[in-house]
Amino acid sequence: MKVIYERPKILTDAYFKYCGGCGHGLVNKIIAEILEEEKLQEKTVIVWPIGCSVYADKYFNVDSICALHGRAPAVATGIKRNLPNDNLVIVYQGDGDLVSEGMAEIIHSAIRGEKFTVIFINNAIYGMTGGQMAPTTLLGQKTTTSPYGRKEEESGAPVNMAELIANIKGCYYSERVAVNSPRNILATKRAIKKAFNYQLEGKGLCFIEVLSQCPTGWGMKPLKTLEHVEREMLKVYPLGVFKSPEVKNQ
Amino acid sequence: MGEKLFMQGNEALAESAIRAGCKFYCGYPITPSSEIAEYYAKRMPEENGVFIQAETEVAAFNMIAGATATGNRAMTATSGPGFSLGVEAMSFMAAAGLPAVIVDVMRPGPADGDILAAQGDYFQVVKGGGHGDYNTIVLAPFSVQEMADLTPQAFELAEKYRNPVVIVSDGMLAKMMESVELPEKIEQKKNFDWTLTGAKGRKHNVITTCATGPEQWEQFNLELQKKFNTIAANEQRWEAYQIEDADFIIVAFGSVARIALSTIKKARENGLKVGMIRPITLWPFPKKAFAELKDKDFLVVELNAGQMVEDVKLAVPDKERVFFYGRLGGVTPTPDELFNKIRELYAKNNQ
Repeated sequence: MKVIYERPKILTDAYFKYCGGCGHGLVNKIIAEILEEEKLQEKTVIVWPIGCSVYADKYFNVDSICALHGRAPAVATGIKRNLPNDNLVIVYQGDGDLVSEGMAEIIHSAIRGEKFTVIFINNAIYGMTGGQMAPTTLLGQKTTTSPYGRKEEESGAPVNMAELIANIKGCYYSERVAVNSPRNILATKRAIKKAFNYQLEGKGLCFIEVLSQCPTGWGMKPLKTLEHVEREMLKVYPLGVFKSPEVKNQ
Repeated sequence: MGEKLFMQGNEALAESAIRAGCKFYCGYPITPSSEIAEYYAKRMPEENGVFIQAETEVAAFNMIAGATATGNRAMTATSGPGFSLGVEAMSFMAAAGLPAVIVDVMRPGPADGDILAAQGDYFQVVKGGGHGDYNTIVLAPFSVQEMADLTPQAFELAEKYRNPVVIVSDGMLAKMMESVELPEKIEQKKNFDWTLTGAKGRKHNVITTCATGPEQWEQFNLELQKKFNTIAANEQRWEAYQIEDADFIIVAFGSVARIALSTIKKARENGLKVGMIRPITLWPFPKKAFAELKDKDFLVVELNAGQMVEDVKLAVPDKERVFFYGRLGGVTPTPDELFNKIRELYAKNNQ
């Protein structure tokens, strides 16, 4: 019988602890597939964050460290600068971790042009701590700490990280993708693969923002969250490439 | 050993770290530690090493955590307010088993405070400062020579126990120049099975401080405690001065212990039998030094409000005979000032 699909061997037998319908599992699998296809397992170190993906080091047969909240880019700086250039260092962070607690670390890693790849999961909410407001929460979105909906005059407007990072000279490549449809999932895989290749060529910071769905935090059925990404999140967070060596006059 | 040089404390420490094979430094400028960063910035290109001026101490401490995770030696240096920012990473590195070396050129505190010689960080470096049950080895040199000698040992201890090591000095030790013999240059021996370098030809390694349940995490903590107990039993260091016949013993570390040496001399000339115990490791506190010292009075002298006193009281046979004298805010006592305090206590205790 011909094998047409199998679980990447780079993943361990551990069950993903993510909720049903969560986008993290999809992105974790995409990373595993790329590492396997490109034969990068032996060269890779992943720096995991604090948040829903805090247990992800248990899912991968890859050298991993789980950094403190927000500090993954600083830890990755120490790792990447001490390894040969052909090692692949991946930083994986959520929006509470990257945009709130660790804003200084990610911005300054981009300013220094650190040669690692950041995969940023933007689901517009704090998942692990129980659905609180994030800097990425949409205006009007109800969370446990914005029970009447996020108000701009109180909490400011959502932060567009892919565009912000793209404006920093040390950033080599910045793109926003989503995992709410098969087409978008394939585009996410292409973007992450491209970012890994840039890193292996010794280029500067590569930043992939992935719009992700959080059925538990949003209080929606999984199918509904896919529509919510399409109809609401994309209005605030347009998909696209914000910095790329392939696109002139950005 | 090589030739004698005339060097500043901060620079002697930095050069000793480079000679110990530490080729990764990151830090944020703060007086009175900044010469260590400046020295590294100048020397790293010559050594094919890495110097990073970090955006914050928070980042700097986490960068050395990452660097040591690859098995390479790494160091940062800061002062009290910066160390306060780094303590989350101290807790992290102690739990994760990351052997970094951190230099704390102490200031008086609290808050911004002043920059002159003080020992305001005893509690924060010795008692933890960060969250959870952890300890870090703390070395307290009292001369430029001892800074040069203890720095390579700090890296050895850090790797032996997979635990961060702190070297404390202050504005006096860091800024003064003395003659010093620097350690020989060595190559770091890297024989680790836990580092993150890409899982080539071995099973993958994971460094995490995230529990998978209370039972698992209690076991993790018990193993950490076992390590700390081993360190506490094996690594106590101190120097004793004229304690054999002394009936009055000064307990002091770092710069103020240098001042106390002159006080001992003066006291002896005046017929007072004064000696000194100088802790070199602040953690583990050298309890063994005090075990046999019965029928003696102790004067703890510090450049703070008495942060070490409780450790001395726990170590001596009779805690009622422990006294304290300290100066605050960056003021250092003179030898005569300490002598007068001792004479006063002598009179009172022998009434």
